[in-house]
Amino acid sequence: MKALEIHNLKKTYANGVQALKGIDLEVSEGDFFALLGPNGAGKSTTIGIITSLVKKSGGKVFVYGYDLDTHSVDAKSLIGIVPQELNFSQFESCIEIVVNQGGFYGISRKLARERAEKYLRQLGLWEKRYDLSRTLSGGLKRRLMIARALIHEPKLLILDEPTAGVDVELRRSMWKFLRDLNNQGITIVLTTHYLEEAENLCKNIAIIDLGNIIENTSMKYLLGKLNTETFVFDLKDPLEKKLSLPDFILNVPDAMTIEVEIRRDQNLNELFDVFSREGIYINSMRNKHNRLEELFIRLLDKNNS
Amino acid sequence: MNRKVYLTAYNTIVIKEVGRFVRIWIQTILPPAISMTLYFVIFGNLIGPRIGQMSGFTYVEYIAPGLIMMSIINNSYANVVSSFFGAKFQRHIEEMLVAPIPNFVILGGYITGGIVRGVIVGIVVTIVALFFTKLHITHYMIVISIVIMTSILFSLGGLINGIFAKKFDDISIVPTFILTPLIYLGGVFYSIDLLPEFWQTVSKFNPILYMVNAFRYGLLGVSDINIVTAFTIITIFIIILFYFSLYLLNTGKGIKT
Repeated sequence: MKALEIHNLKKTYANGVQALKGIDLEVSEGDFFALLGPNGAGKSTTIGIITSLVKKSGGKVFVYGYDLDTHSVDAKSLIGIVPQELNFSQFESCIEIVVNQGGFYGISRKLARERAEKYLRQLGLWEKRYDLSRTLSGGLKRRLMIARALIHEPKLLILDEPTAGVDVELRRSMWKFLRDLNNQGITIVLTTHYLEEAENLCKNIAIIDLGNIIENTSMKYLLGKLNTETFVFDLKDPLEKKLSLPDFILNVPDAMTIEVEIRRDQNLNELFDVFSREGIYINSMRNKHNRLEELFIRLLDKNNS
Repeated sequence: MNRKVYLTAYNTIVIKEVGRFVRIWIQTILPPAISMTLYFVIFGNLIGPRIGQMSGFTYVEYIAPGLIMMSIINNSYANVVSSFFGAKFQRHIEEMLVAPIPNFVILGGYITGGIVRGVIVGIVVTIVALFFTKLHITHYMIVISIVIMTSILFSLGGLINGIFAKKFDDISIVPTFILTPLIYLGGVFYSIDLLPEFWQTVSKFNPILYMVNAFRYGLLGVSDINIVTAFTIITIFIIILFYFSLYLLNTGKGIKT
């Protein structure tokens, strides 16, 4: 069963900007799906159309088989959305916001209150339930939007940059929460600028750029396409002479740092042998980019060239 | 199944709308009570006795229905325009747009919010009026129906204004430059019989004249215009504005890109 099917989706805004040029996308039930792309690529437009906030110019969207054009009530009932921008009343309390959202989905106030307690507790907001939403910190506001999106227990949860501006600790706890939701069977579509987040959470991925899908595959397969990785070595002592590593692509940004691009058929032992021979002592090493970030940049460069 | 869902959604919008204006009662309920007290003191007690009788009633008795109706019109309009535009501005209108609610339910919820505020303010202003004059209801059904219909009509007007508004200035332009002149020239303070024939004819193009006079007929039993004509015109306006509002919501005007 496909949780989401998008066929030839097009969007041209009133100012003539063609945000989507006919994209196709499928997300299977139970998937944790990443929709990545640079700013202005068309991610939020796609999500806007799926959630009925943006009018499409052409194409079709199906949610669990329901056509959004002809069965919008059934389709909308299955979707939960956590938008990029804050979109709740600043003058209402957290509990009001969540319970009212339940009401919009036809859930009785009694049941909505029970569910609101469940999700506000899970997201660490229960103690602040009577606080006005505008008094919450940025991270808690994002959690409030997650609680609101879950009140009708959707089968497809769409999160548009849910961890933007959230500190590392909170981000990690949100990852765990989202993983648990996915393990419970909720299909999740995530957009994020933190590629580490997508790499950690998602099983499948689509990359969108300039209104087109330029990659749509499994995360495992995509990362497997990465032929080279760049490692950064921090040196114990400054480099005194010019280093020559004929088999490796080398960059020396400063005397204390060496960056080496290593192909998949090469191994780090060869490199360490050379370092030992040359009397270079390494203090620490790390990846220059995370693997998905490396691929992402290359794909975008290729698409733009 | 759907009917129950829609009813719950409708109730939620009404609870949210009523809760909103009750929460800020100092901005919504109190001001009309104060301004109407001033109207009654100045036009009723100070200037009124010098004007004498109008259509067989003291001046304060004569203007009381118009002032109550003026409050109902202003408040039902203001409630919906400010609430709808506020929801657009803060983007929490999206909470409803993503949910499986048909637009007629959203429309119904906002209209009901406008009616409730219009009626509550109408009752408050009536209580204020009773401190200055005696009021008796001649035709109960006419009073109730004209209050509800006027609230519906101006709630719809407020919603349309809210849909088109792009900035806060836009929600005060219509009340300031259109609504207020129409109300003041709509027979609140005088009978159109006092006007020259030409201006009487011009006045009959003002829809508010029909609402004020129908309400005055319900209370005092006198009117400058035919009551059936008044109800027919108000009904026609409601039907037109209802379908226009629904069309705007269905096409996503001002709320979807």
